[in-house]
Amino acid sequence: MNTFIKSTKEANQIVIIETDGYLNNEGGEAISAICYEKMKLGQKKFLINMAGTKVVNSIGVSIIIEIIEKLQEVTGKIGYYNLAPIVSKTFNIMGLTKYSTVFNSEEEALSNL
Amino acid sequence: MKKPTVELRLPIIPNMELIATQTAEVIARHMNLTEDQSAEISMALIEACINAFEHSKADNNVFINFLIEDDSLIIKVIDQGLGFDKTKVEIPKIENKIGKDERKRGWGLHLIQELMDSVEFESNSDGTTVTMKKNIKQ
Repeated sequence: MNTFIKSTKEANQIVIIETDGYLNNEGGEAISAICYEKMKLGQKKFLINMAGTKVVNSIGVSIIIEIIEKLQEVTGKIGYYNLAPIVSKTFNIMGLTKYSTVFNSEEEALSNL
Repeated sequence: MKKPTVELRLPIIPNMELIATQTAEVIARHMNLTEDQSAEISMALIEACINAFEHSKADNNVFINFLIEDDSLIIKVIDQGLGFDKTKVEIPKIENKIGKDERKRGWGLHLIQELMDSVEFESNSDGTTVTMKKNIKQ
């Protein structure tokens, strides 16, 4: 497992991926590998806990856009929580918040995704 | 009196942009910038470095100059790549990328312009200089 992925777990039929470190191309690919593997098994809802990710780049975030696109094909959803302010701002600038949701906590995300 | 400057020379190696952000964070603390301002500078710098790395040949370097002014921080990211025509770069929109064949990347310049107070591009066949400025807000 890539060290960028700190843990994965499932709750309420949602796959929760906890990240740690720089979301660059390798980090993005590590997230997408898990999402696509779980989608093959029928999972459609994903949450990313980004508490450990304070730095991102647009290549890594672009890979999340690819995941959003793939999830749209199966009426799936993706959300995020524990975002650093600059990560949240970057997601806003790139428009991810139009197609996915930023939550304030895991509890809120599990109830509303 | 000459304004203080910090100069970096980065080889084209993956993740070298993080060296630039660490330097920017130290300078931001020296200038008493807010955490948000510091993070915005770092994010813009990451994008400028990635663009410079992609435009450059593997044996090139990317040069970064930090100019510490009384009321602003000016950062120049200089590469020796092939250059690009800024007028041909469209503002990306996620609506044009999701569910379409358009490539999902291409956000760097837009992010830099959104995160910094002013940005200038000088580009020709000898390379590109991106000059980014963050004003100090008292």
